[in-house]
Amino acid sequence: MEHEAGDVLHKFHHGDLDAFEALFRLHQRAVYGWILRIVRNPATADELTVETFWRMYRAHARFEPSRGFEGFARRIATHAALDWMRRIRTESRLTDELASDPAAAAMGDAAVAAEVRVKTARAFERLPAKLRVAAVLAVVEERPYKEIAEALGISVAAVKLRVFRAVHKLRKDLEAQGIRP
Amino acid sequence: MNGNDEERLKQLLRGALPRVEGESEPKRDLWPAVLKRLDEKPAAPPWFDWALLAGLVGMAAFFPSAIPVFLYYL
Repeated sequence: MEHEAGDVLHKFHHGDLDAFEALFRLHQRAVYGWILRIVRNPATADELTVETFWRMYRAHARFEPSRGFEGFARRIATHAALDWMRRIRTESRLTDELASDPAAAAMGDAAVAAEVRVKTARAFERLPAKLRVAAVLAVVEERPYKEIAEALGISVAAVKLRVFRAVHKLRKDLEAQGIRP
Repeated sequence: MNGNDEERLKQLLRGALPRVEGESEPKRDLWPAVLKRLDEKPAAPPWFDWALLAGLVGMAAFFPSAIPVFLYYL
């Protein structure tokens, strides 16, 4: 079984499309779920999953079978999501959804008023994309720092710094809007 | 910013952006879309990438001493 899996990875490294499809079937769910956690929109996650696998195939020659597929996939998925976040401003979509979706309201902390929630989401969307990715994965999704560091290709200390900077900037933005957290 | 402030801000953020719960999967098979994307002709680099490259080559030709500085900041 392990030998078979290794064989698929080697074949993918050489650009074999059947091996790539086997890896796609095995990993698409995990890749989609990871991207969804970052971009928080199913249609965008669909689009970026396709983009991620396209990038993976184009990078097949650089793939090292000995290091496994998961980390490789996650790194490319994270960067695809990051590139998308840099291109697209999601502020209006996200905050409109928050303002109109009663389920979202119910899922949040009951003590947090709708206006504060919307302002917080807006302030979050104004953060630089690289801070947003680190913060959403570490604070909202509560993923381990090590996992985030590997996905972003940076050190654990750098992830912690990005999360700290994100929280700091968020605080300043909220204070400027008259919200004292 | 002390630890309490930081925790309060994190709570605000969790309230504003609820967690994606459970395992998620795409609603449709994405493999055909991946295959279609692989068949597409790769997009040509935009003109400003070429302009940037030309600028760098020009800079390296006229100011070779700047190359180590450039590499340092890369």
